Amino acid sequence: MYCNTFGRFACRVFRESRFQCPMNKGQGTMSKRLATWTSCKHYKQFLERHLSNLKFMGVATRLVQHVRTVSHSTLDPAEVRKFQAMANKWWDLQGDFAALHSLNDLRVPFIRDNLLNVHSVHPISKPLAGLRILDVGCGGGLLTEPLGRLGAVVLGIDPVEDNVRIAELHASHDPVLQDHVQYRACTLEELADEEEEHFDAVLASEVLEHLADLDTFIHCCHCVLKPGGSLFITTINRTQLSYVSSIVLAEWLLRIVPGGTHDWDKFITPVELERLLESSGFCVESLRGMFYNPACGAWSWQKSTAVNYALHALKQRAEPQQDHIQPESDGLDASAHTDGPHQYNIRTAGRDTHTHTT
Amino acid sequence: MLAAAGVWRRCINITIRSLNGAKVVTRGFVSSENAEESGKADSDVYDIIISGGGMVGTAMACSVGFDPNLQGSKILLLEAGSKKEMDKAPDVYSTRVSSISPGSATLLSGLGAWDHIVNLRCKPYQKMQVWDACSDALITFDKENLQDEMAYVVENDVIVAALTKQLHALSDQVEVQYRTKVVKYTWPRPYHAVTSIPWVKVTLADGRTLKTKLLIGADGSNSMVRREAGIPTVKWNYDQSAVVAVLHLSELSDRESSLVWSTSHQHAEELLQMDEESFVDAINSAFWSNENQSELVEAAGSLFRAALSFLMPDGTSTRQLPPSVAGVGPKSRVMFPLGMGHASEYIRHRVALIGDAAHRVHPLAGQGANLGFGDVSCLARVLSQAAFNGKDLGEMQHLLEYETERQRHNLPMMAATDLMKRLYSTNAAPMVLLRTLGIQATNALPPLKEQIIAYASK
Repeated sequence: MYCNTFGRFACRVFRESRFQCPMNKGQGTMSKRLATWTSCKHYKQFLERHLSNLKFMGVATRLVQHVRTVSHSTLDPAEVRKFQAMANKWWDLQGDFAALHSLNDLRVPFIRDNLLNVHSVHPISKPLAGLRILDVGCGGGLLTEPLGRLGAVVLGIDPVEDNVRIAELHASHDPVLQDHVQYRACTLEELADEEEEHFDAVLASEVLEHLADLDTFIHCCHCVLKPGGSLFITTINRTQLSYVSSIVLAEWLLRIVPGGTHDWDKFITPVELERLLESSGFCVESLRGMFYNPACGAWSWQKSTAVNYALHALKQRAEPQQDHIQPESDGLDASAHTDGPHQYNIRTAGRDTHTHTT
Repeated sequence: MLAAAGVWRRCINITIRSLNGAKVVTRGFVSSENAEESGKADSDVYDIIISGGGMVGTAMACSVGFDPNLQGSKILLLEAGSKKEMDKAPDVYSTRVSSISPGSATLLSGLGAWDHIVNLRCKPYQKMQVWDACSDALITFDKENLQDEMAYVVENDVIVAALTKQLHALSDQVEVQYRTKVVKYTWPRPYHAVTSIPWVKVTLADGRTLKTKLLIGADGSNSMVRREAGIPTVKWNYDQSAVVAVLHLSELSDRESSLVWSTSHQHAEELLQMDEESFVDAINSAFWSNENQSELVEAAGSLFRAALSFLMPDGTSTRQLPPSVAGVGPKSRVMFPLGMGHASEYIRHRVALIGDAAHRVHPLAGQGANLGFGDVSCLARVLSQAAFNGKDLGEMQHLLEYETERQRHNLPMMAATDLMKRLYSTNAAPMVLLRTLGIQATNALPPLKEQIIAYASK
């Protein structure tokens, strides 16, 4: 049931190019990647050994959290490996990613309707015409393709090259998609260097719970978005209920997803996420809970965000600098912050971090 | 990683859409494609190909062509016959007619074809009477005030011509190829043969091959689409043929009527061979004769009727006598065999069946065309919603919605029609008694009749 987050895995492993998936050996297009990989191979190997040792000692969950905050990049090699093995199964509608396919019934209308609210009216048969969208962690292109069919120009990125290959192959047969959908095997950080303020919307669906560094990730999302652009996130909450359903039920008892797929410590609560977003220059517009019914394989909206939830945030437009700084509001209060200086500091800090590890 | 060459099957779990929803599962299909093909995008991929340009196929083409969510889609209609155009109604009435319910009329008027039909030729009727040859029982259906039309009798050619005219307005959206015969369908391979072409391939008689994301089979009761997809069909032949003719009634001059006479094959052939006078005599005697009535049934019937009129004094409506036939239209007699057929699945991956390709009924209830138009409006709605959600049109999930909704509507109607046919095919006294009492009771219950009319009018 939560194997949709499982699907998120593949998408969500962002690392700097140095730590690019070692499975990419021999893939010709990634010569640049290989060079950087070679140069920092030893760091990656250290980290992998570190991770495997931790798991062996049974303290993985705690230290993964620790690892997440320490590492300066968003990619997690263990997660990358998991999704490598699953790469061919993306388009099996009854396979491991079935719940991800059915999640499109919720997330495509959610994205479409919120974008239509923000942007002006478009021809009804192509409601998203003229919009540029970035799908971070696109996997096999499950979410990228429907949005392409709705008229948007979508770039899907994923660090796992097999996923990108599968996605490209699947889209290659359809002439409509050829004009609207493109894929790249890279990380968000790499893209943030090149494509600043380029996209009307960024999608991070079932990504966050697999990331190593959330702050950098959100910062990069902020970079690539145009002012007033939309960020769409779907992820899992960190509650007792989500532990029971995602870990106990899904992994141990029902074995809907393989053991070790999810790490409960990496789940993020809506409150934490909103705080992070608002301090990064976003304003949360809407937050909705989602419920998966394993009996019929269908998703539905619900009020409670106890397990899965979807969130839409807008990047603040640059405003003339205000002298007052409002106290940071908690929870679901989506009041707009106009902290000019604060924003600038964050950005600088982010860039410093980025350049430091370059 | 790539699937091996040759024919293979996928196992199926049951697809049951219960009231709470169902597990969407795959359907097995036989793949006859042997070679993998390159993954080059082909600009010659249609979004929808409709195979069969009859009433239902053409209505489907119009529906998807006019739909705002499907603007910009490439749609193709393939028809083996030639184009049917009609500027004004021909003098001679056509023998193939259909009873069009208000629901179907609404669909046709939404497509803009109803105006053309009314301008060409159509006959609304307010009342329907059914009487039994073996007793005096009868049942009358009418709307409460006779101002409202119950349904319309329209010639099939008129409907097709009206829809064809509407297709002209869509010529940049919907392509139509007449005199085009399909010789072969090739089905797509399953998901993990990623490099092979995932579309349905349609091979035409002139050697061209077309590809489509969704194939809609509207090719009639002997559907090639259904046969080649290997969809199992429940069907049986009634030992009956229908003789259709155009009658001249004697009440008023120039009053014409359409006849559908369902009878045994042998009798049907005899009727066809008779000269016109004998044929007219045969019809009149069939209407008026009481040779099949038995006294027992008559006595029971009149007793029951007396009881009903005691309980419900105004329960029975006036009885209209059968018409007298004066003549029959020249060379208008045609015969065709009758049967019942129902495809157990209306859909497969990238395939959907509509109209007679999915279900074939006895004409006694006048529902065949209406079920087809109901399929058209349901499938068009489902595809429109799928397009608005950015889905691949051939995906099973929304096609299953269409199948579930239509099967839930069509199966009771077909079962009722089949039951009626069997009930009325016999002269055996117990059955006659049963149906006599049943008809009289139903006739005396206006709420029940209203329900029946409402269901049939959809």
